[in-house]
Amino acid sequence: MSTALQDPRVVESPNYLNQEYGWRSWLFTKDHKRIAVLYIISITVMFFIGGLFAGLIRLELLTPQGDLVNSDTYNKFFTMHGIVMVFFFLIPSIPATLGNFFVPMMIGAKDLAFPRINLLSWYIYIAGAIFALAAIVLGGVDTGWTFYTPFSSTYSNTFVITAAVGVFIAGFSSILTGLNFIVTVHKMRAPGMTWGRLPLFVWANYATSLIQVLGTPVVAITLALVGLERAFHIGIFDPAIGGDPILFQHMFWFYSHPAVYIMILPGMGVISELVTCFSRKAVFGYPFIAASSLGIAIIGFLVWGHHMFVTGMSMYASLYFSLLTMLVAVPSAIKVFNWTATMFRGSISFDTPMLYAFGFIGLFTIGGLTGLFLATLGVDVHVTDTYFVVAHFHYVMVGGMVLAYLGGMHFWWPKITGRMYPEGWGRFAALLVFAGFNLTFFPQFITGYLGQPRRYHAYAPEFQVLNVMSSAGASVLGLGYVIPLIYFLWSLKYGPIAGNNPWRAKGLEWETTSPPPTFNFEKTPVVTEEAYAYAGQSTHEKVELT
Amino acid sequence: MEQQFDSATLGMWVFLLTEIMFFGGMFCAYMIYRSMYSEAFASTSQYMNPKFGAMNTAVLIVSSLTMALGVRAARMGQQKALQMFLIFTMIFGLAFLVIKGFEYHEHWVDMKVPLFGGHWDYSEAPQFARQAQIMFCFYFFMTGFHALHMVVGVGLMTTILIMARRGVFSKAYFTPVEISGLYWHFVDIVWIFLFPLLYLIGRTKQLI
Amino acid sequence: MSFPLFPEAASSMARTVDYLYLYLTAVTVVMTGLIFAAVFFFAIKYRRRSEHEVPKPIHGSLMLEITWSIIPFIVMLTFFWWGAQIFFENASPPANAIEVYAVGKQWMWKVQYPEGPREINELHVPIGRPVKITLASEDVIHSFFIPAFRIKHDVVPGRYDTMWFTATKPGRYHLFCAEYCGTEHSGMVGWVTVMNEGDYENWLNAGGIEGTMAQQGEKLFEQLGCSTCHLLDQQGGRCPNLRGVYGSHIQLSDGKSVVVDDAYIRESILNPNAKIVAGYKPDVMPTFQGQITEEQLLRLIVYIKSLGAPGAPVASQSGPAARPSSAVANASSRTANTGGKL
Repeated sequence: MSTALQDPRVVESPNYLNQEYGWRSWLFTKDHKRIAVLYIISITVMFFIGGLFAGLIRLELLTPQGDLVNSDTYNKFFTMHGIVMVFFFLIPSIPATLGNFFVPMMIGAKDLAFPRINLLSWYIYIAGAIFALAAIVLGGVDTGWTFYTPFSSTYSNTFVITAAVGVFIAGFSSILTGLNFIVTVHKMRAPGMTWGRLPLFVWANYATSLIQVLGTPVVAITLALVGLERAFHIGIFDPAIGGDPILFQHMFWFYSHPAVYIMILPGMGVISELVTCFSRKAVFGYPFIAASSLGIAIIGFLVWGHHMFVTGMSMYASLYFSLLTMLVAVPSAIKVFNWTATMFRGSISFDTPMLYAFGFIGLFTIGGLTGLFLATLGVDVHVTDTYFVVAHFHYVMVGGMVLAYLGGMHFWWPKITGRMYPEGWGRFAALLVFAGFNLTFFPQFITGYLGQPRRYHAYAPEFQVLNVMSSAGASVLGLGYVIPLIYFLWSLKYGPIAGNNPWRAKGLEWETTSPPPTFNFEKTPVVTEEAYAYAGQSTHEKVELT
Repeated sequence: MEQQFDSATLGMWVFLLTEIMFFGGMFCAYMIYRSMYSEAFASTSQYMNPKFGAMNTAVLIVSSLTMALGVRAARMGQQKALQMFLIFTMIFGLAFLVIKGFEYHEHWVDMKVPLFGGHWDYSEAPQFARQAQIMFCFYFFMTGFHALHMVVGVGLMTTILIMARRGVFSKAYFTPVEISGLYWHFVDIVWIFLFPLLYLIGRTKQLI
Repeated sequence: MSFPLFPEAASSMARTVDYLYLYLTAVTVVMTGLIFAAVFFFAIKYRRRSEHEVPKPIHGSLMLEITWSIIPFIVMLTFFWWGAQIFFENASPPANAIEVYAVGKQWMWKVQYPEGPREINELHVPIGRPVKITLASEDVIHSFFIPAFRIKHDVVPGRYDTMWFTATKPGRYHLFCAEYCGTEHSGMVGWVTVMNEGDYENWLNAGGIEGTMAQQGEKLFEQLGCSTCHLLDQQGGRCPNLRGVYGSHIQLSDGKSVVVDDAYIRESILNPNAKIVAGYKPDVMPTFQGQITEEQLLRLIVYIKSLGAPGAPVASQSGPAARPSSAVANASSRTANTGGKL
């Protein structure tokens, strides 16, 4: 695998890590790579905080009586788990870390278009995170991450405003990242890097950025309205003076459904990179995968109502949202088929990143198809707000996004740090994550169809066996997360030197040194071939496009 | 340089797109309520003072003109003219805020501030009292957020003015002037939508 | 240790939903199986044998792309079609349904029957007869969920929602609140008891010590002082006579017309000035916002409903015979233009 020299005495070339030292050189950096590293550290902290809450939830649910903590505490656990994971881990996860690091490199740019705004977005994220953590430390929030009115605006006695302010602020971090990416991809591409040659990871991040820029302000204003409603006791969403609590849900999901695609699209981008590199083969159906990212971003804005089929929405609205949701599944299906087809007659290796990609394809398929259960009106009535929904979105968010994130981290770790992680441990952890994940969440499909509602502190005793399975799986999954954390840290000092291109991958980011120099490339690269030209020069077998 | 100018302008346009969605969310919610409670909402227009509104509209349109002239001056490299137009723009911006302040004061005197759970009296048209509160909440949110944008705009103008006095700009470099101008025009346009929506619709109906 | 893998099916809808669910599951299993099989097969068959392999690129195939876009979409359309049919049926309660009223309140379900009985966190229904539940919320959004019947509906404060089902199998089934509603959300659970027709009638008759819901409403109507004004017959009174208005169209002072239904009566009690009947002045009636519970509102509505169609005898003392739904049907067809004179 790695053909790199393993002699630690090799003198490191000047790179972004050894250019400057000291905390100032990090906190005031404008280098997108250093900012990406700052983000990696921050979201890892948030991930383990969110994970801790998940662990506590699963511990409580070992028994049906709800006897570990009281119900208020439990409600705060799942709320904090949701808020931390969704807004402070999943949404920034890939764009702000791997995207920040590699989008400029993949298009042959020295940095993002607005390096200072990039740093600002990290500070905004930290400010948002401080508010969210303050809400936890002060006593927690119990509204669920969805902040449904009128519970959140009138009835809850917890730190809703603090948490809403945190989410509001973090939203602007997301907007600024998206804005930066859009301008960067439009304006900073190296000579020869046409739109048709952009790596699919860049396409995915571009589509994600569109959603961030267009969707986030709507949830920001919605949460601002909830916060102001609480602070000033007015009734925009309060039925007591004629306000409509369902309008809140429309406004919330108008963002939060596309936000789901903020969470998954960059993951899909990572998988496109992994599948091609470890099959050593051009991607199958490049224009279709690229276009499907945009398609998902656009149609994703038109389907929010499928979260609300049982709220008494009009029949026609329900039919419309159901049908369009079926439509949005098509581009996702296209991606899965194309990845699979890419492997056909490839040269497939089983390195850790590829194991994560296999896991992603399988679990995302299940996650996507179970989404169709929820889009199907008659079935949704039964399964919505049950554990079926919980299982479905964890298959997409964890089975999809987290696996893609871990796969991407393993794939690019040698580029980011210049060191290899231990391959054996990597494969072991990947299998552990896969097994633990399925054991945790598959039983929840069954408990969901049996009728166990979500967000229940105590539950009917007949659901216990499946819940115990779930909790057991969660501990395996937790172990699967901790192992990479340990060996990644270990590899910083003891990992073998990776060399510039340990995977013999294509893509501009692999043509520079590892870790890359501060301005990424010695001189601006000139692109002369299509993306993923693994067979040497592109053979220009035209894709039959009409 | 060329690329930087392009990037900054594109960046500002994308940012304005975000802003459109930000205000758009509020406009959309407002219009849904407006159609649900059209009469209650129409009744509130009696308490909107279109004189203030019209005056502010005029002030903002003129400020847009001075802003545009300022950008033109920057493009032609006329530094003195640029500074003059920036100062005019700021004055108009501040004038807008002052007029808005008077208007808010009038609402306070009228007991039409349903915030903080009080200062609210709608006994003139009790049948609309509850839903009119929603209208006034929207009124204060929307004009409040707009005023906040004006404050940011005046701050931007101040920064640009300081930069101009330091001689940062030239015929070749005036990107910050250009993109601040874009922002300023956007904030004006938002007002152009707010004015009829909040002040004018329903004025002809004599409900009270 | 045994545990269930499939929920009990105890309503007419349950089996249909199950069949659709099984169809979806079958498609999911087949699709996932195909993808897994392809990934495994390719991974083994085309595993890297030497470091220097360079596979030939395959850039794509339009035919394949079209095929794997269209075929899944057609399959999804079948989901859509079948699902929509079930949804339609869920949304249209039969006219002969038994009416039950349920109010969600942090953190309990309060159920009342037009015949009188009231209960908390319990719902008794007969086998084989459609039951329509009118849902109201006292505070936040709840959701009325009976897994064995495969139905669920959100209970949104400030309005009435309805759902219906026909139970098919005697037994006791879970009743859950499915929309997170605060501290004791998971304690907002109860039982649905499905009984044979005879048992149900016995149970109904054993309850109701306070009289029928309409009678309870009538009492309330007097206590609150509504009757001093709203039952007088003379033209040009201070407020409309409520006899026989339920289900009719009435003209409002602003020229529009509305149907007198549950929602309109509710609004008129809580916010009397909102929609004034033509010919009457605002500000005559005080608001009852905050002074009356959702349950009491429902009793008043049932009472007003029991006042029947115009000209019909007052039916407040009647039992199931004067099922309000039939009265509604009559009233709305016959009294379209009587409103202005009320």
